[in-house]
Amino acid sequence: MSEAREYKYIGQRTIRPDGFDKVTGRADFGADLSLPGMIWGKILRSPHAHARINKIDTSKAEAHPDVMAVVTHQDFPAVTAGGFAVGEGQVDFKDLSKNVLADDKVLYHGHPIAAIAAKTEAAAEAALSLIDVDFEVLKPVLDIAEAMKPDAPLLHADLFTQGLAEQPEKASNIASRMELKKGDIEAGFAAAEVIVERDFSTPTVHQGYIEPHATTVRYEADGQSMVWCSTQGHFDVRAIISTLLSMDLSKLKVIASEIGGGFGAKTTVYLEPVALMLSKKSGRPVKMAMTREEVFRASGPGSATRSRVKIGARKDGTITAMKAELNYAAGAFKGSPMAPGCMTAFTPYDVENMYVEGYDVVVNKPKAAAYRAPGAPQAEFAAEMVINELADELGIDPIEFRLQNAAKEGTQTIYGPKLKVVGLVECLEAAKNSPQYKQALAENQGRGLASGFWFNIGGQSSVVINMKPDGTGTIIEGSPDIGGSRASMQMMAAEELGIDISRLTPVVADTEHIAYSATTGGSRTTFATGMAVIEAAQDVVRQLKERAAAVWNVTAEQVEWEDGVATNVASGEKLSATEICQSAEKTGGQVSGRANINARGAGPSFAVHLCDVEVDKETGKTDVVRYTAIQDAGKAIHPSYVEGQYQGGAAQGIGWALNEEYIYSEDGVMENAGFLDYRIPLSSDLPMIETVIVEVPNSFHPFGVRGVGETGIIPPLAAVATAVSDAIGVRMGDLPCSPPKVLKAIQDAS
Amino acid sequence: MAKVIFSSELQLLTGEDHAMVSATNYRDLVAELLSRYENLSEGEIMKMAVAIDGVVIPDPLLESVSSSSEVHFLYRISGG
Repeated sequence: MSEAREYKYIGQRTIRPDGFDKVTGRADFGADLSLPGMIWGKILRSPHAHARINKIDTSKAEAHPDVMAVVTHQDFPAVTAGGFAVGEGQVDFKDLSKNVLADDKVLYHGHPIAAIAAKTEAAAEAALSLIDVDFEVLKPVLDIAEAMKPDAPLLHADLFTQGLAEQPEKASNIASRMELKKGDIEAGFAAAEVIVERDFSTPTVHQGYIEPHATTVRYEADGQSMVWCSTQGHFDVRAIISTLLSMDLSKLKVIASEIGGGFGAKTTVYLEPVALMLSKKSGRPVKMAMTREEVFRASGPGSATRSRVKIGARKDGTITAMKAELNYAAGAFKGSPMAPGCMTAFTPYDVENMYVEGYDVVVNKPKAAAYRAPGAPQAEFAAEMVINELADELGIDPIEFRLQNAAKEGTQTIYGPKLKVVGLVECLEAAKNSPQYKQALAENQGRGLASGFWFNIGGQSSVVINMKPDGTGTIIEGSPDIGGSRASMQMMAAEELGIDISRLTPVVADTEHIAYSATTGGSRTTFATGMAVIEAAQDVVRQLKERAAAVWNVTAEQVEWEDGVATNVASGEKLSATEICQSAEKTGGQVSGRANINARGAGPSFAVHLCDVEVDKETGKTDVVRYTAIQDAGKAIHPSYVEGQYQGGAAQGIGWALNEEYIYSEDGVMENAGFLDYRIPLSSDLPMIETVIVEVPNSFHPFGVRGVGETGIIPPLAAVATAVSDAIGVRMGDLPCSPPKVLKAIQDAS
Repeated sequence: MAKVIFSSELQLLTGEDHAMVSATNYRDLVAELLSRYENLSEGEIMKMAVAIDGVVIPDPLLESVSSSSEVHFLYRISGG
């Protein structure tokens, strides 16, 4: 990072460039595009959680006068296994192909079986009943522990556990095992004077995005097909579709619509390849949109987990050993976020001896998708609960206990590298000094605290800045804006160019108008795409200086650039960016800056959250009465957006801790597939989330930025559950701490 | 020589938890590892990220490696 400097635009609370369109309803979301001649697609979904498909008869549907195309898995080209990293981890194309339309088995209630395109939405919906499917119903397995048993119903006959020393002979629902270790775990526990060991569970949860998955497509046999969709990464949508449909990448243009929430869930595809196949068969543009119920039953939720954590410490508060077994439900196909869970569980601690073992387990539920810091909230929930209990056992303040064992620069992580400069200690100090921590609790109230760690990533980003003849500029990027990144890009470009932000317009371009940019996820965009914006802006400044130098007949080295104005250091003459752009045709044509980077040096972010709750001991209902979210942002480009990320993460984590869970019947049917019964927090449920932005700069970014989007969802699970435990005097290890569960805990204890 | 620390997944293929390797860049380092461990495949390595001296690099190729470098192979993180 460059030496400390005064910023003109960075750190301001500017008006968001997309605000007007969104509050006036002018912004175009996934379901907003209609095309001439467009027809509607609908999906026939499995009524069973686990069944073999003996036969699909689509003849009656195909004969219906309003039906224009019917597709099943058999219409798709064969796809071999293999894939790439996106969202929750490695995408396996073969599995993905079977998830968008089932092959010989359905693996969850709601699994797509066939799709119909018809002249109207109602006709398509009605024609679904004309498809006959002959099933052999099988016993489902929904619980992780049950699925791991040797005699459990098998989802896949060809799934053999990866990561074992010996290649297994029998197929299993355990897709893979991971082991991470550091030091000597047995010696660590032998040195401990106090040991706490507990079991935990977290439910399957929804990311809570309001906009359902939606797409409109147009297949062109001889030209370029178009896909319009709500996604966090249209370049990766292009790559996935081209593989699933065996299409040339160049024959696909993908346009990212505005997005009504994603939180990791929109890093994969469900409807897009099916819609394109319907369009190919019908010769018409096709629109498809999931209902809310379909979103719940058949798109990817956050993984359920079952965990056991054991931590030992000396009486002086030194942690000597940390051990965990973390089991993640992947849903119907392998690929839960078990690995990042294993890697993050104990990372807030600088402890000599650690051991983590993780299992990725398939169950008869929808394939899990990424959810904000995928895998980390579940793992760190279990670890932080034991840390809090251990602090109680030792009689040490939980912040002091954490400070004594906190990860810092040079700490050897269990997953490999030593940490660079990080801000956990600063976050803990901020928590200790916060007004909330000094406030006394009232009757029936409890307090909880937890820390959280997330890696953050960099990756590929491409940016072009086109200057116009009036001296304004357009920032063209390839990163869908899911959390206010357009404002950040505008501010970073303005800072570098010295041009007012009102003269710069950020635009998210489609896959034809900007080079590849990785999916918006992993808290990468303000960091990585921001670095590309800075580099492109520097390219613009270099060219503007050269143009001014040409006008003055001096070298570019004799020109200085400040506040959007070029100065001839010899004569003192000045030319503004506007003046240079106005005469650009005389000095070589228009000015464009460009950057294509693969950003390295993403800085991890730590957070510490404080939660105070009040429990009604007659009903078990919990109210959050005060909440403070503290997190290291490195440098907050737009503080309001950073605070918004902290508050959003906290709200989602509070919901996860208190109410949210997919409830399944014994035969694997989700019973609460809607926001009336799946209870996410409303604004009226929560107090104003107080925020503290800690700024420990990341030396790899020109302005010191760290990603901030994900870490904030990690601490709430343990902070809230600890607060509830404190209020009722019973340790709550199974989420959510919903009223019936809390009431039962109170009654059992009394 | 650079110290290469293997993840538990790679230890199943190398039979060792670390190796000392003489190389000046990542590509040469991988070539040396592949020649040294017959069970280790390029595919296994390519699906992992690498951390060289604490900096995580998702798509490495020509990154410099010094004689005092510490190199870790790790699961490739994406995010939500």
